[in-house]
Amino acid sequence: MTDLTPDLVPLWTLLLALGILLYVLLDGFDLGVGILYGFAPDAASRTLVMNSIAPVWDGNETWLVLAGLALMAAFPLAFAILLPAMYFPIIVMLLALVFRGVAFEFRYKDAAHRTFWDYAFCYGSAVATFAQGIVVGAYIQGFKIDGRQFVGSSFDCFSLFSLFTGVALLFGYGLLGTGWLILKTEGTLQDWARHMGRRCLVGVAIALVVVSLWTPATDAAIARRWFSLPDLPLLAPIPVITALLVMWEWRSLGKRSSEVAPFVTAVGIFVLTYAGIAISLWPMIVPHRYSLWEAASSTSTQVFLLVGTVFLLPIIFMYTAWSYWVFRGKVRAEIGYEGHLT
Amino acid sequence: MTVSALFLSRLQFVWVIAWHILLPALTVGLASYIAVLEGVSLVTHRDLYFRLSNFWTRIFAVSFGMGVVSGITMPFQIGTNWSRFSDATANVLSPLLAYEGLMAFFLEAAFLGVLLFGRKLVPPWAHFTAALLVAAGTLFSTFWILATNSWMQTPAGYQLINGRFFPKDWLQIVFSPSFPYRLAHTVVAFFITTAFVVLAVSAHHLRHNRFAEEGRTMMKMGLGLLTVLVPLQIVIGDLHGENTLRYQPAKLAAIEGHWVSGTQVPLILFALPDETAETNRASLEVHDLGSLILRHHANGFVKGLKDWPRDQRPPVAIPFFAFRTMVGLGSLMLALVVVSWWLRARGRLFTSSLFLRTCEWAAPIGFLAVLAGWFTTEVGRQPWTVYGLLRTADSVSPSLTTGNVALSLCGYVLAYVTMFWFGIRQMYRMALKGPAQPSSEPHPVEAGIPERPVHALPRTPPETPAIESRS
Repeated sequence: MTDLTPDLVPLWTLLLALGILLYVLLDGFDLGVGILYGFAPDAASRTLVMNSIAPVWDGNETWLVLAGLALMAAFPLAFAILLPAMYFPIIVMLLALVFRGVAFEFRYKDAAHRTFWDYAFCYGSAVATFAQGIVVGAYIQGFKIDGRQFVGSSFDCFSLFSLFTGVALLFGYGLLGTGWLILKTEGTLQDWARHMGRRCLVGVAIALVVVSLWTPATDAAIARRWFSLPDLPLLAPIPVITALLVMWEWRSLGKRSSEVAPFVTAVGIFVLTYAGIAISLWPMIVPHRYSLWEAASSTSTQVFLLVGTVFLLPIIFMYTAWSYWVFRGKVRAEIGYEGHLT
Repeated sequence: MTVSALFLSRLQFVWVIAWHILLPALTVGLASYIAVLEGVSLVTHRDLYFRLSNFWTRIFAVSFGMGVVSGITMPFQIGTNWSRFSDATANVLSPLLAYEGLMAFFLEAAFLGVLLFGRKLVPPWAHFTAALLVAAGTLFSTFWILATNSWMQTPAGYQLINGRFFPKDWLQIVFSPSFPYRLAHTVVAFFITTAFVVLAVSAHHLRHNRFAEEGRTMMKMGLGLLTVLVPLQIVIGDLHGENTLRYQPAKLAAIEGHWVSGTQVPLILFALPDETAETNRASLEVHDLGSLILRHHANGFVKGLKDWPRDQRPPVAIPFFAFRTMVGLGSLMLALVVVSWWLRARGRLFTSSLFLRTCEWAAPIGFLAVLAGWFTTEVGRQPWTVYGLLRTADSVSPSLTTGNVALSLCGYVLAYVTMFWFGIRQMYRMALKGPAQPSSEPHPVEAGIPERPVHALPRTPPETPAIESRS
């Protein structure tokens, strides 16, 4: 690379990070709602729970594809190493998402088999979430690499740590899901969501503490990053603010007047956790092995894709925002959404 | 071939893509058909076209939704199972795939919602524009995917550094030598596939004396399109074949079943290719016709498979038979079109029970031809992923074991069988029900793109009283 060519790696890092974060937050809450669906008290509330994500879930899922394609286009070496290294979690996640999507449609269409599709929706959501949690844990731990390829076993990604992060993410998405349900529902159903939210929050808090101790204890580089002296005061606010947010979340879940805070605070907890992981691994995209710059595609590739992305992405953002705006407000069983628009 | 991680990865890719390709084969054609119906309805103000457009939009929604869901797994599979291919080609191919994803998302996000649920919300011209843009979007998606595939077939505009491909000229990469022919051949095939589905649905309703007006209109539109496209497709196919002869001669030799190079080669109508003995058994051939078709004169030289070392030849039987299946189906299509004109001249087009029944049975003919064509071109590309440059055997992820892929393949089989079983049944039922729906709005929650702006809830009331609203 000569000095004349621009360094687009920071920009693509930002785009990829944004794509993954958006996916985690958006599909996170609807996967969480899917998991909670299995615990809903009765048929009427199950329908409401389902309807709260009906207009948005498929749009949320598409961010997974965009993030995957961004990884492939901007950091192909990471794509080529990470995907086979996490072969089973990724495939299980994809198939669970497919199953869940199909269940969503046929729950309405195929009234005779509704219970089967109900289960498919709930378990599909849970399995996809668990698989994503394993991906996170396995990613933090790193992989066996030779040259430009993953050479370990397809089962390496299943460790005690990654199983733990898998379970942790069930609570995490559950928390996001309850936040969403509090936003979208009322009355006894909302009370139920608050109750479930506190249960999830306990799981999230435990997971955050355990992961925050586990990773520096087993990974010297991560320990140095967080506990070495120049960085310590700079990075300390992250765990401190996270702890404060967890407490705030507990409070707002118990307070009937706060309907927005539980969701927003849960998003805050996720953003800080995400930032924490990014700080732990920076500037590596393949942990312990390849940095963002080493894994990046050629400048020509990045420029070629950027040209269309800067044009299409803002429009996709605007539409996404608009569709959430259209479907704002509480879901109610007795009327459709026509009232908003006509 | 022995059962290995490589073989099973190929099988898995075939399984996923062969199911997936059926959906664009329908949605690309339907999107354009709906745009035409919307346009005609806008100009003529006739309720008939309105009803037809709504009818096909409902089916389109299911098909499109399944296409999105089954397509999500595709880019990931390139990483999980073909990591060495990804590493070698991503600098060139990934933007093409990414553009496909971006444009599909863009189209879905911006215009599909309007098409599916916006009838009452936007003026008719805007609804027509949305239909037009959805159709354009499906064609753009086709454009990028086929650009990717064509580059793998006939790579151009790259430079090879340490076994990895880097972009040199994007225009050459996107418009690689086989791309224009492949794009034309595929899009026309998709349109033909849709036209046969429309024809079959119209024939079914005509035969049962229902929706007479709709049935006749659909049949006339379907046959009109086929009258133009089926002969055109034969011409495009011939040009595509010549392009293959020029850039992928080994594939063409396998398709034709030519083992020995020479002039005045025969056209082999049928044979049983024997790859170990390097010859054909039970061969039925026409003298000189092979040279005549491929080189346009009887003394034209055509290279035979024996001129390539064994490890650079594609398997012969699959492209050989798949190609004959495709051509055979194409001939049947042409025969059906000719018969339809003969019946029309005698005024019996809508009444001949035998013809209507045949049309019904012809519903899957386009899908089968698309699959046959796909097998011809993809198996014919072997043993390469990037033709002549990167072997399929060197493309697979090194970490995978046979057991790993066997397990994942089982998962894919289970998921896709479930999805397609219910999805196809759903579309079949909608098609049999016919364009009856008096409402101008599609039923809510139709497919992967459900209840966009309006209708988020099913119309049936819930089983128990709803929780009281506070607002």
